Amino acid sequence: MSVEAREARQPWILLSPALTAVALLLFVPLLFIMIYSFWLRTATGADQVGFFLDNWQEALTDAFYRDILLNTLKIAAITTVVCAVMGYPAAYFIARSKGNKGILLLLLMLPFWISYIIRTMSWINILGVSGAFNSALMALGIVSEPIQMLYNETTVILGLVHFLLPFMVLNVFVSLDGIDTNLEDAANSLGATRWQAFMQVTLPLSLPGLAAGGLLCFVLGAGTYITPLVLGGPTDAMFANLVFEAIITQLNWPLGSALSLMLLVVLGALVLIYNRYLGMAQLMKGLG
Amino acid sequence: MSSVTLNNIVKRFGNFTAVHRSSLEIPEGAFVTLLGPSGCGKTTNLRMIAGLLDPTEGEILIGGKRVNDVPIHKRNLGLVFQNYALFPHKTVADNVAFGLKYRNVPASEIPKRVSDALELVQLPHVAHRYPKELSGGQQQRIALARAIVIEPDVLLLDEPLSALDANLREDMRVELKRIQERIGVTTVFVTHDQSEALAMSDQIVVMSAGRVEQVGAPEEVYNTPASEFVANFLGASNIFDSQCTAIGGGSVTVDAPIFGQVAIPADKAPRIEGQGPAKLVVRAEKLHLSQDAAPEGGVSVPATVETVDYQGQAVRYFVRAGDTQLQAINMIDGHPFNEGDQVNLHLRPQDCAALPG
Repeated sequence: MSVEAREARQPWILLSPALTAVALLLFVPLLFIMIYSFWLRTATGADQVGFFLDNWQEALTDAFYRDILLNTLKIAAITTVVCAVMGYPAAYFIARSKGNKGILLLLLMLPFWISYIIRTMSWINILGVSGAFNSALMALGIVSEPIQMLYNETTVILGLVHFLLPFMVLNVFVSLDGIDTNLEDAANSLGATRWQAFMQVTLPLSLPGLAAGGLLCFVLGAGTYITPLVLGGPTDAMFANLVFEAIITQLNWPLGSALSLMLLVVLGALVLIYNRYLGMAQLMKGLG
Repeated sequence: MSSVTLNNIVKRFGNFTAVHRSSLEIPEGAFVTLLGPSGCGKTTNLRMIAGLLDPTEGEILIGGKRVNDVPIHKRNLGLVFQNYALFPHKTVADNVAFGLKYRNVPASEIPKRVSDALELVQLPHVAHRYPKELSGGQQQRIALARAIVIEPDVLLLDEPLSALDANLREDMRVELKRIQERIGVTTVFVTHDQSEALAMSDQIVVMSAGRVEQVGAPEEVYNTPASEFVANFLGASNIFDSQCTAIGGGSVTVDAPIFGQVAIPADKAPRIEGQGPAKLVVRAEKLHLSQDAAPEGGVSVPATVETVDYQGQAVRYFVRAGDTQLQAINMIDGHPFNEGDQVNLHLRPQDCAALPG
């Protein structure tokens, strides 16, 4: 074998375990889901094998699904904006802190060591009827009855922000950390105030990180089902809860498959648009 | 254009003193170089003048006005960095125009000022390109254009040539000096490169470990170093522990190892105040290897060539005379000597300098 041929083969040999795993654990199941979505669940509860468009027709035309999809995108969008507004200053602070960057980043990662579900449920102990917040208010005599703060859209967004904020901070941090601090000094020396220098130089140069963080927050937020399940009320279902409902509760795999593919297509389109304009490299930097 | 004065400046970072109490006077329109090895405090001084650092003690005056409490964006200084620090998301024209937007320059006048500045740095055709499309030397010219277009009171250059290739560095050196002379702006230049300092400066401030070692014109600093550090940092020197045996009659006589009694002109030993321990400083290029006898009035010592370091137009020799190794840099005239050759070291007393021991 020639040297070139051996060198050309090497990456594939190194990648093969990962490619095998991705193929078997992601693409094959996805293919099953795709096939399932054209089957039909009959009145008896058995799945009828074949090529039926009924599930797709229901998923695409029923206003119920459309409204929940729009509501899901709205919640994800609000969460993303809140994360950006809260995360940017934190990321800026970490990127500009001199000696203890490592410790601050470690603190940022610390919540990942606790299960996402536990972190979400912790809000019940804080905001619940007998939670810390209500207990404090009652002890201080500010209210006589506990306030019902949980189980609405706001707490769903709160839980999502809690979950997604580190992703935003990390992505913005990576972007800011790569900006030469001399640029701000140069802008200042040319007559720009610190705020003007930030708006003219630092912010535009950190936009790729903000966009990458935004994409991650939006996609992860729009795909969540645990947060609305734990912190949302009966009317706060997000799209992934519909999939859960269809597949786990109603055992309607064909409809659930069609719904999950619908969400995948919507979020996939977003990722493609992002990739078209900003490229995946930035996202990888933030994840690494 | 303004003078710059540092008055009893001290800068401490925690327990570390980066700049020990020092004062400095930079006259209006002068090109002054802060020269020294890394960590000597030269950049700290520059950053304090710029307003990027606050002095722990002392005051800074620009054009006679105290600026300690004036923020950087109000000091009207041109700052050029080693890594250019051009805004990567802005075109060359927008980079250069940046400072003009914060000064009351009419928008209609900006394009003219930008193109004049680009003309001055001889890059009139790159206005619409982005910094990354330019070479390092071009980027540094743009950085210079951006700094001078605002007509700063003082131009501060922080190792602006260090990131460039050797050949380009020498071209840029000439170019930078030409532009500085043309606009006549007071310039503070920070470098660790002695040849840049010698070639460009009106005044050189040699710094070491946070202290000013010597301030003087290039020739003065080079020929009459004020300390052993300066003698070693600017060029290569041979330094001998000696005794001053006589003083007067316009000369200082030093009894040095190897060379014996050397009568140095008094202006080459201004810091010798009387008899006693002294140091004889012999620059490597003042020590000539020869096979002839001693020239009139000169000193000659036999020696053996140990190492020959060929440098093209010159050769650096390490020679041994008795127990002592000496360094000599000679222009090549004919063939260089070979290792093991027996030679005579010629030295003219007026080429020596003496420091207090």
